[in-house]
Amino acid sequence: MTLPEADPQAARGDPPRPLAIRGLCKSYTRGKPVLTEIDLDIESRGFTVIIGPSGTGKSTLIRCINRLVEPTSGQVLFEGRDVVRMGRTELRHTRRRIGMVFQEYNLVERLSVIENLLCGRLGYVSPWRAWLRRFPQSDVEHAFTLLEAVGLGDLAYQRADSLSGGQRQRVGIARAVMQSPRLLLADEPTSSLDPKTSVEIMELMVNMAGELEIPVIVNIHDVALGRRFADRVIGMSEGRIVYDGPPGDLTDAHLNSIYGGGGWL
Amino acid sequence: MALSSGNGQQQLRKPFPVNWLLRLGWIAVLAYIVYASSRLNVSWDRLVAGLGYGGDFLSRMVPPNFSRWKLLLEGLIESLEIAVIASTLGILLSLPIGFLAARNMMPGWVSWSARALIAICRSFHPVIVAILFVKAVGFGALAGIMALVVASVGFIAKLFAEAVEEISLKQVEAVRATGASFANVIIYGVLPQVLSRFIGFSTYQLDSNLRNSTMVGIVGAGGIGGTLFAAFQRFDYDFVAAILLSIIAVIMLGEYVSGHARRVFE
Repeated sequence: MTLPEADPQAARGDPPRPLAIRGLCKSYTRGKPVLTEIDLDIESRGFTVIIGPSGTGKSTLIRCINRLVEPTSGQVLFEGRDVVRMGRTELRHTRRRIGMVFQEYNLVERLSVIENLLCGRLGYVSPWRAWLRRFPQSDVEHAFTLLEAVGLGDLAYQRADSLSGGQRQRVGIARAVMQSPRLLLADEPTSSLDPKTSVEIMELMVNMAGELEIPVIVNIHDVALGRRFADRVIGMSEGRIVYDGPPGDLTDAHLNSIYGGGGWL
Repeated sequence: MALSSGNGQQQLRKPFPVNWLLRLGWIAVLAYIVYASSRLNVSWDRLVAGLGYGGDFLSRMVPPNFSRWKLLLEGLIESLEIAVIASTLGILLSLPIGFLAARNMMPGWVSWSARALIAICRSFHPVIVAILFVKAVGFGALAGIMALVVASVGFIAKLFAEAVEEISLKQVEAVRATGASFANVIIYGVLPQVLSRFIGFSTYQLDSNLRNSTMVGIVGAGGIGGTLFAAFQRFDYDFVAAILLSIIAVIMLGEYVSGHARRVFE
């Protein structure tokens, strides 16, 4: 795959950081910021887990990275280019390289599993080919291989709405991986799943990211699950980053500062 | 409070509170019907007199006279052609118009102008539209087709817009997040969610165009309606009966076919 834009740093053989967020602010209503001055660097590998109470802007932060939510100000530098100031076409081309996994899977319910996987290639095919379902054969082969890899090889022609939650999320991950992304985002990927399936889904994401050699950013509200898989934990509270470090260093005092004090621990 | 029972004077609690406003509303409707009937000279005597004429009319309708079957068949085929052509064009036009009218997909000024267009298409009964087109393009099937296209757009474009407005945006968001172009988002994120409903609307519209196509002929816009109207005017009530029976047969056949079509697509 060739990158659509040349990057001066890349030309020097010094690849830019996959993601650097600078002074990111977002408010849905004026004067009520959801995110305040977020600075965050993501290195080229590693599983970053964002924890924090509901409504603290975790989901907004994730969505600002691929601009499903428009940031109010600040920079989101994806491989050195500012996503916030991109035009429509460049934004589309950037989104192709950022895979996303959703809380409620967000599969197209009435399409088959294999069609949902091929959705991951929609950034690359013309509307005409998309309409006629004429994806390049290499994409089709990739989709079937990937479906085997996530353990759903025999469900290719099932409609997505006939699957269980865990199966759906596997399809959701496979769809993101189909994009051959350089960064994987996941917004509460396990919130609608039982504990065992949640662990399996997290493992699948770790494995996929390992094979693709890309970083992952996951929002999660289950602190124990997040810690178990994280290489790095970001704690957020009231729209700010209040903890940033390895999961081992996360103490109860930190958790109290993230979620607020109380007898819940 | 109601909880302090033991007191003999306890008030009975009603699960369904009386809505006096609603009752007054119903009384007003009833009163208006009585008043309107008296104004329009609708009375029992008038009904009895009317039934007398009706009996005479019915007796002249039997037996239905199919001797001019060629004329009848010609009219029916023309009606069918009008219905099929008008439905196809109407559906093809409704797709983009309905989509443009969906408020969750389009900016406000686009959806409002599309909605205005749909509202104009809906505001007149097909007969009135047919008269307008007969005046505009002359007698014949063309006027009928145009009238029914307008009627179809007014009906299914609106339903289609509503179907698009009810889709799950989560699925759309996921497709957008892959970097898909706007057209591809529509094809993969939106269409699959509305397709089966849209096919339902379309077959329903074909049904209703079949019905309407037998009627536009009355104002000179082609089809069996013209034949029917002529037969009425010449008091050929046995031929009228033959036409009416044939229309019933065609409509029932149409319903059967469209019902099947729907099942095939589900």
